[in-house]
Amino acid sequence: MAFLEISNLQKDYAGNRVVENFNLAVEQGEFISFLGPSGCGKTTVLRMVAGFETPSAGSIRIDGKDVVNLKPNQRNIGMVFQAYALFPNMTVAQNLAFGLKVAGKSKAEIESTVQEMLALIKLEELGQRYPFQLSGGQQQRVALARALAVKPKLLLLDEPLSALDAKIRVSLREEIRSIQRKLQITTIFVTHDQEEALSMSDRIVVMHKGKADQLGTPFEIYNQPKTRFVASFVGTINVLEGVVTNPQTGSFKLNGTELSLGRSLSKLKMGDSIALALRPEAASLGQVARKAGQLQGIVQDVNFLGSVIRVRVKVGESVLSLDGFNQPLVAPPKAGAQVIVSFSPEELLVLAD
Amino acid sequence: MNFWRSNRFWAWIALSFGILYFALPLIGTFEFSLRMKRGEYSLEAYRVILGDPRFQATFLYSVMMALLTIVVGVLLVVPTAYWVRLKLPRWRPVVEFITLLPLIIPAIVIVFGYIRMYNTSSALPLTGSAFGTDILMVAGYTVLALPYMYRAVDTGLRTLDITTLTEAAESLGANKITILAKIILPNVLVAILSGAFLTFAIVIGEFVFAALLNRPAFGPFMQLIGANRAYEPAALAVIAFSITWLCMGLMQLVTRLQQHTQVKQFR
Repeated sequence: MAFLEISNLQKDYAGNRVVENFNLAVEQGEFISFLGPSGCGKTTVLRMVAGFETPSAGSIRIDGKDVVNLKPNQRNIGMVFQAYALFPNMTVAQNLAFGLKVAGKSKAEIESTVQEMLALIKLEELGQRYPFQLSGGQQQRVALARALAVKPKLLLLDEPLSALDAKIRVSLREEIRSIQRKLQITTIFVTHDQEEALSMSDRIVVMHKGKADQLGTPFEIYNQPKTRFVASFVGTINVLEGVVTNPQTGSFKLNGTELSLGRSLSKLKMGDSIALALRPEAASLGQVARKAGQLQGIVQDVNFLGSVIRVRVKVGESVLSLDGFNQPLVAPPKAGAQVIVSFSPEELLVLAD
Repeated sequence: MNFWRSNRFWAWIALSFGILYFALPLIGTFEFSLRMKRGEYSLEAYRVILGDPRFQATFLYSVMMALLTIVVGVLLVVPTAYWVRLKLPRWRPVVEFITLLPLIIPAIVIVFGYIRMYNTSSALPLTGSAFGTDILMVAGYTVLALPYMYRAVDTGLRTLDITTLTEAAESLGANKITILAKIILPNVLVAILSGAFLTFAIVIGEFVFAALLNRPAFGPFMQLIGANRAYEPAALAVIAFSITWLCMGLMQLVTRLQQHTQVKQFR
């Protein structure tokens, strides 16, 4: 049995279903991210796990115990919020000690745990400061330490990095992951930032319209998206529409050219239309011998992004994005130039709706 | 621009008129209160008033009533305002309207209502004993102070993200009473103090409740002295004004303190 088991979870608000048939099994020590756009239900699921929302149906089991009927303060869950939520009237040390005092721990134990937590977040010298005297990044580290001080069974992080600026966000996400690995605490991280989810998680749940569209490792989510939504939400995609010519061999026709995916399309039959996704980095400009897929187009615009150059090419009615590394000795194409876009058909992703 | 035609000129005129309108009667009262001894200015009227045992008894009684009213008001208003903001935000306008009712309904109507409801032939004969009447007095004063106390506390709560703070505390194992006592109350203390000073100022000079419920409060004493003496009522008026001003000054001070903290918090 998994450490956290969410089964058939459902949440309705005034007849509107915001979470539908959500299932998840999380192993102890795992770092899981809920990734999705605003309103997809990711925070609602997290809040149901925390006990701040009551499910309309379904069960939540933590370490084998059904917690649906337990109050938030009975679940032994640590939570970190986007808005830090440090108690303004208490110093950093008092914030860290709050949960321990509520739990009735001895003075000596509280003192040693507070010191341990301050050392964990590398803020030993700031114990006597008040929250308003700290930067956003420091406040969020204190919030993390406060949640961990009570040794919770589960750590819930509700978009903890969203309020921080880009540089601190990157350093703090590395710090959070490193602390999580060190303590081996089972963690659920809610975010709408795909880069955060991809870089931090053991597994990602991509959520869409209250449902889990796909559950998988970051590699699987990025490279083998199961739905059109997952493919488009995680990273950038170009969607190509083809027609199946031989489902057994995976052959299809694209812009009049017959190509093969190199794998069977068992669920489709001849003549079916097929949506195929092409990642910008999987396509190249110009003819490439080993890439059988070739499309002719006109360069629409060129965006220089530093290490990467993004070229948008108009092919027929659609516009494809291509990413290539910047090569200082090779000038990028100019807008209006006629080019060939090459790709390996085997790298195309078949999208289900 | 010509000074005489500028806005500043008219602003100074308006300010001077306001100062004269408010200050002249007070200066006149103060000056009169110093003339008890013929031919010289003295503090004789103040000495007589402050030395009067009835002044000490009634003032002490009203201070006690004010402090009890503040305690009851805080116990009633803080959890209510907190709960309404946390769980019943749609009911806020209704609760606000109820708290404003004492400004619309005169104190005399409230006190007659109390006398009818709690007289000696009623099921709860509170007016039958001094202690029971004191309970009615505190209840009545709490109602009178409700608009000020509620508004002060509600404004204080508005500066806090109470939902997230409550959830953070709950996730750390705290129950609602701990959250109220350890997190909400200390964070709205400045707002509570501001409401408390207003309450104190209202209760200390209140006349209607004390006179109709026949309790030895400072308000009826001021009326009694005013009806029978010449110089002492002027001294008493200056003392009462000073107490009110002290309360207002302290309120301003704590409000500034609160603003200072807020600026720091959002820096």
